[in-house]
Amino acid sequence: MPFQVSDLAELDAPEKEYLWTLNFGPQHPATHTTLRLVLTLDGERVVKAVPYIGYLHSGFEKLGEDLDFNQYVTIVDRMNYISPLANEIAWHHAVEKLLDIELTPRCKYIRTILAEIMRIQDHLLNVGTCALDLGGFTAFLYFFTLREQIYDIVESASGQRFHTSYTRVGGVMFDVDNAWVDKIRAFCKGFRPVHEEVHKLLTRNRIFIERVQGVGFLSKEDAINKGVTGPLARASGVLRDIRKDEPYLAYPDFDFKVVAAKSGDCYGRYLVRMAEMMESLKIIEQAMENIPAGPINVDPETKAVIPAKPAVYRSIEGLIQHFEVIMPNRQAGSPREEIYAATESPNGELGFYIAGDGSWKAYRARCRPPSYIHFATFPDMIKDHQLSDVVAVLGSINIIAAELDR
Amino acid sequence: MSHQELLQTRFPAAGLVFSDFRDNHRVQVPKERLVEVLTCLKTEGGFDMLVDITAVDYLEYEDADDRFGVVYVLLNTSTGERTIVKTFVNDPDPTLPSMYPLWKSADWTEREVYDMFGIKFEGHPDLRRILMPDEFTTFPLRKDYPLKGRGERHNFPVITRSES
Repeated sequence: MPFQVSDLAELDAPEKEYLWTLNFGPQHPATHTTLRLVLTLDGERVVKAVPYIGYLHSGFEKLGEDLDFNQYVTIVDRMNYISPLANEIAWHHAVEKLLDIELTPRCKYIRTILAEIMRIQDHLLNVGTCALDLGGFTAFLYFFTLREQIYDIVESASGQRFHTSYTRVGGVMFDVDNAWVDKIRAFCKGFRPVHEEVHKLLTRNRIFIERVQGVGFLSKEDAINKGVTGPLARASGVLRDIRKDEPYLAYPDFDFKVVAAKSGDCYGRYLVRMAEMMESLKIIEQAMENIPAGPINVDPETKAVIPAKPAVYRSIEGLIQHFEVIMPNRQAGSPREEIYAATESPNGELGFYIAGDGSWKAYRARCRPPSYIHFATFPDMIKDHQLSDVVAVLGSINIIAAELDR
Repeated sequence: MSHQELLQTRFPAAGLVFSDFRDNHRVQVPKERLVEVLTCLKTEGGFDMLVDITAVDYLEYEDADDRFGVVYVLLNTSTGERTIVKTFVNDPDPTLPSMYPLWKSADWTEREVYDMFGIKFEGHPDLRRILMPDEFTTFPLRKDYPLKGRGERHNFPVITRSES
């Protein structure tokens, strides 16, 4: 076994008394949220890092057993709050697989566009704050202007800028219109020059490269063995992307590439994220020009989806359907089965393991959070690096503590 | 050869139960054979990634025979094949062998299962609570733990400024 008690004994030995212990966090600007690291330092070299997490634990999985399939979407929103819609899509992807609901083509396209916008949003923040932590303020500001535009796009679709709660079982809450598509068109047009400018700012910037190149190395074998997925794994050369390997939503219709790097360090992750944004943009551009017409929700007769408000207020059938979805004693059931379904969230594989017990609630709603799995690799990644590399590595693995602790 | 054929030829009389639901392929394994089956899946089946370990408490589940089901989600990164291995453990001392020697990703996922359900993993190098505070005495995702808690939060020791 790699971890041995002798390692600890060695640290405690009197001749190593010159080692320092540094408490990093829970409140520190570079941890982005609340997580704590206890670093053992030899001068400025990190000998050992022990993470302590759980400061934001709020029992999301326990709540998932109490709220129904539609209500719980407000909670999954708050897991990875950098890209909330990606969580909603993942949650309802799993629920729809459990209930065997096939979405309408229009809904698939809208969800695909939003999922890709969320990927861009997440990568924008990640690259921006990674640069910010290393002293590059400009890229951060450039990218946050773009994020502001994304908030506008999301707001005009769902009415909320941040915690949208937009998806529903079997569809989404509101339909979108042409003005929304125009907004995305304008965003795509404005995105490229800013992206190019940040490339110019960072990609060949000597100060940036010296802080990230060769830092936080993760080999391909380690990445697979430690369960690492998403951009982190792809930067280590693991050619895996659930959008390609197990296509869901409307991804089979689009032409895009899986971005990967060989280096496995922070610089590789930065490059992968920058390139992935362009691939996401390609998907959005293909999708938004071809959004199919038709209904946005599945047939209300399935008792799975809330009917449109005009139908509820103006027809007795609509009211009854609404009643049947909302009232706990009238709700449709779920099969007494268990399912694991995963989507490619911006951070990696975001999966949900749902156990159904016949009711309209999950008996168990397990979330497989990518941040949690990725942060477990951190102590090995930072070992023997300098203290100042801690923020570079933390920034590159994109830890969202709300998702880490749930 | 699919993993199902592989397991059937390797463990003909081990009491494995195979089932499919939607696109999930599942195999139910008796607790005693878990290490053998997972080792075989890793070394011969090519399942090189342990995506997740989680547990379900069947205390309030209708017609359930066992208390806890522990679920291992495996993935073969070269073929994209997935399989879900499930095993059951029971009170009073739910214990399973740790999968840390096979997959390092089991480190934190097993710690979380221990933290939330109280299932112990033998051979785990560092089985401590991870999300809940160390002083916590019960396991919150068990079904006999109430949603609103038991008032632990109000009884945490408070450190005053003069003591700190």
